[in-house]
Amino acid sequence: MFAFHIFIFFSSRFYLQDGVILGADTRATEGPIVCDKNCEKIHYMAPNIYCCGAGTAADTEAVTDMVSSQLQLHRYHTGRESRVITALTLLKSHLFNYQGHVQAALVLGGVDATGPHLHTIYPHGSTDTLPFATMGSGSLAAMAVFESKYREDLSRDEGIKLVAEAICSGIFNDLGSGSNVDVCVITKGHREYLRNHMSPNPRTYISSKGFSFSKQIEVLSTKITPLKQKVEVIEGGDAMEEE
Amino acid sequence: MDMGLDLNAPHSMGTTIIGVTYNGGVVLGADSRTSTGMYVANRASDKITQLTDNVYMCRSGSAADSQIVSDYVRYFLHQHTIQLGQPATVKVAANLARLLSYSNKDMLQTGLIIGGWDKYEGGKIYGIPLGGTLLEQPFTIGGSGSSYLYGFFDQAWKEGMTKDEAEQLVIKAVSLAIARDGASGGVVRTVIINSEGVTRNFYPGDTLPIWHEELEPRNSLLDILSTSSPEPMST
Repeated sequence: MFAFHIFIFFSSRFYLQDGVILGADTRATEGPIVCDKNCEKIHYMAPNIYCCGAGTAADTEAVTDMVSSQLQLHRYHTGRESRVITALTLLKSHLFNYQGHVQAALVLGGVDATGPHLHTIYPHGSTDTLPFATMGSGSLAAMAVFESKYREDLSRDEGIKLVAEAICSGIFNDLGSGSNVDVCVITKGHREYLRNHMSPNPRTYISSKGFSFSKQIEVLSTKITPLKQKVEVIEGGDAMEEE
Repeated sequence: MDMGLDLNAPHSMGTTIIGVTYNGGVVLGADSRTSTGMYVANRASDKITQLTDNVYMCRSGSAADSQIVSDYVRYFLHQHTIQLGQPATVKVAANLARLLSYSNKDMLQTGLIIGGWDKYEGGKIYGIPLGGTLLEQPFTIGGSGSSYLYGFFDQAWKEGMTKDEAEQLVIKAVSLAIARDGASGGVVRTVIINSEGVTRNFYPGDTLPIWHEELEPRNSLLDILSTSSPEPMST
């Protein structure tokens, strides 16, 4: 039996004057079980567009892959860089068609010919355009950080720090979010995917020095079983007949 | 986990939207709150959507449904404008929206107000409530906040108002609804359309009138704490 694989996850994004920063935690859950402690929630859409996904993992993965392939074909056709609004329209029309049954809540960000863009897309197909946005179960914790600390004139490094802080508040205060922080910075002509930008939850051991064993591991017995020849090969036998 | 917030509820606009005609055109008004259950998903949304140069639409109800309807109407109107070689009339825009709302009434949960100006009929307001009927009215109110405004409009609306009188009426009405309707809030947005063109205005909370039991606007506690005093929790 296969349970739903749900990321209750949380991602956030926000943008600075000439770029967009996306962030996400790395926990995937199946009911009360953490089934992946280091998954990737920032999905590739186009070289200049990335998308954070929350909801059912299968749906965010599928919808995101499908649209990124449509964008690639569209680029082959037009020979131009993809626009964020194109990705937004493709995503929202798919989600609207499925009337909320495709459970994907997305934060879409990118930089194109018309500048930096940030959008949120809800499972029913509605979209918002905002200077900063959060989605998923940790969105309230992250939004609290953005609402108190976001400014319009953030630098790149300040932006990464703020996004990481917002994701951390989701990791620490929301049970559906956890593990590490992934960040993706997109500026005109550049993209930097900072996988595991922060690891605020390293694995710990009872002994910080590790463990040692008093005596060397001894060999108790040795038995060698020779390989047996199972087939006899006869030279110059009859050829196989055909009829 | 859900804390009563119901974040999985469809994204909807508990809204206050208004359309008013005056002697030279129309004024449209709306609040800016979009919510999912008890959570405010967007506190600065724009519910007054452009359809063509001279026609706008106020949206209420399900955000997804109203966006799809407005996208289709805009698409058809642009096509119509090219085929006709002149701007579409408000009546045509309203009729397209009605057609979509009525023929998909079982699928849609959205109430719309279409407003605009054209050279044949001047400023016009049309309301398209839930079932998809088309109502041409001198003023229309819609959304959850409109329940608080029927009596007010019966008393305050006058034939032949000036542009400023009409806009002040809209701002006053939306701010009254924001004060009493939990699902409406944020800022007041207005769009004025007349023969001269379109003017968009934005009125943040500290510029709105203060109603019964409301407090004077003041700085956020966060601003006060970060500038003057040291750490609030320092020992």
